[in-house]
Amino acid sequence: MSSEAATIRTQPDARLPAAREAVIRIEGLRVEYSRGAFGQGATVAVKDLDLEIYAGEAFGFLGPNGAGKTSTMQVLLGFLPPTRGAAYIYGVDVRQPIARQRIGYLPETTSYYKFLSADELLRFYGRLFRLRGAELESRIDAVLELVDLKAARQRLIKTYSKGMQQRVGLAQALINHPDLLILDEPTSGLDPPGRMKVREVIERLKAQGRTVLFSSHELGEVETVCDRVAIIHRGELKVVGSVAGLVREYQMDLERIFLKIIGFTPPPAQP
Amino acid sequence: MNAIFCLAGIVIKELYRRKDFYVLFVITAVITLLMGTVTFFHQAGIVRYLKDICLLLIWVSSLVIAIVTTARQIPAECESRTILPLLAKPVSRWQVVAGKFTGCWLACGLALVVFYLFFGAVCAAKEGRLPLAQYFQAFWLQWAMLAVVVSLALLGSVVFSAPSANATICFSVVAGILLVGAYLEKLAALQPPILAWLLTLLYFTIPHLEWFYAVRERLVFDQDLIAWGDCALATAYAAAYVGVILCAAWLLFRRKPLTA
Repeated sequence: MSSEAATIRTQPDARLPAAREAVIRIEGLRVEYSRGAFGQGATVAVKDLDLEIYAGEAFGFLGPNGAGKTSTMQVLLGFLPPTRGAAYIYGVDVRQPIARQRIGYLPETTSYYKFLSADELLRFYGRLFRLRGAELESRIDAVLELVDLKAARQRLIKTYSKGMQQRVGLAQALINHPDLLILDEPTSGLDPPGRMKVREVIERLKAQGRTVLFSSHELGEVETVCDRVAIIHRGELKVVGSVAGLVREYQMDLERIFLKIIGFTPPPAQP
Repeated sequence: MNAIFCLAGIVIKELYRRKDFYVLFVITAVITLLMGTVTFFHQAGIVRYLKDICLLLIWVSSLVIAIVTTARQIPAECESRTILPLLAKPVSRWQVVAGKFTGCWLACGLALVVFYLFFGAVCAAKEGRLPLAQYFQAFWLQWAMLAVVVSLALLGSVVFSAPSANATICFSVVAGILLVGAYLEKLAALQPPILAWLLTLLYFTIPHLEWFYAVRERLVFDQDLIAWGDCALATAYAAAYVGVILCAAWLLFRRKPLTA
């Protein structure tokens, strides 16, 4: 059975936005990593993935570690060339740098230039988006306010706590007022207030009609925030559909659906 | 160009917020000033030795700054993963290579200006004159040579993931060219045919940095200015090498995995 045939697609949910403009379109995407110096023994990370993500939705991209989520995101961001297939963001091939003009991206773990202050870092990233003058200043003020870093804006990033560095990451992802926000496990390593802040930002962006794609292992959070989810396992798309539709169809919560799809059997409870 | 200059600005900011440059400048200044206070056997020509040593220190310091600053650029970005949010912006990999090169080269230029201002001040105090055109030529040609060194180190920073390995190899290559580059052709004439052919090929392939080093002697011995046309040719020669080396760096960086 082909991977396409094995994919379960649920009926669209009534909560989904009426306009179905595909912001992200992935067509037959295959990503292979060669292990040897001459490309022999390739590991397939993503197998012929077809996926569309629509404007204004919060889309959860789920899968166990090594499922192919990060590889797919890396292709979308132009970090990794696809072995086969193509991906488009707002109709532009992701291999073109201009495809990233309307994107905000928060990596799972990263550090920022520690010799800069938050203010300088945001000014640098803002200029890469060709923001200038008053527009740039107002964007910097707005995102620093959003992540509660206005008071520490002049301090060097190397003096920040881990949580503050994560918030700088969120601020840089929002500096260009993105129409599409890609978050790779945004709450990983964050304390409860940090998680609340990320969730608040996602909700706010959704309310503004922006599109959010994020991967996460926090399935409760995904269930709360996302309109639709896709579950990927061993590089294959196993299921895609609205959260409400999946819960209705499987008669169980998202966590149990996820475990069922990846074939994980929990050990029997200890007496 | 916008992204290139934004990236260059970050590289320059990094240089002046790190201690490397200040340490090298203080060492150069202290040694030169100490030398300047000594009058060996009351010789009037002592200023020539002073200039020679001061220029040698400037050459060594500027090479250290150029290679050490450039060698860590791409590996440090990949290791700290700062490359991910950077390339998630509308920035191409070619712009990253060009921006890093521009930043490192401009940073070397700034360091060189400070070194030459100090050198000029010390020499003017000793000699009572300041031949500005000679100093400008020396500065310009050294800066042009540093462009080739910076591009080589940038190419190395794409190939090697450890900045220390890259820096060591770059120092060896640059020192090798400066010390034996000019003699390769003569050496080739003494070898059996295949080796002679290889050495001749090497002679015509490597950037002849030693040609730029010759300008130092002109400054030490108060020789005439180099013809401005020759200066322009030397600049074009350096620019051609920089172009080829940066293209090679981009071709390698284009498909390089981004995380260490």
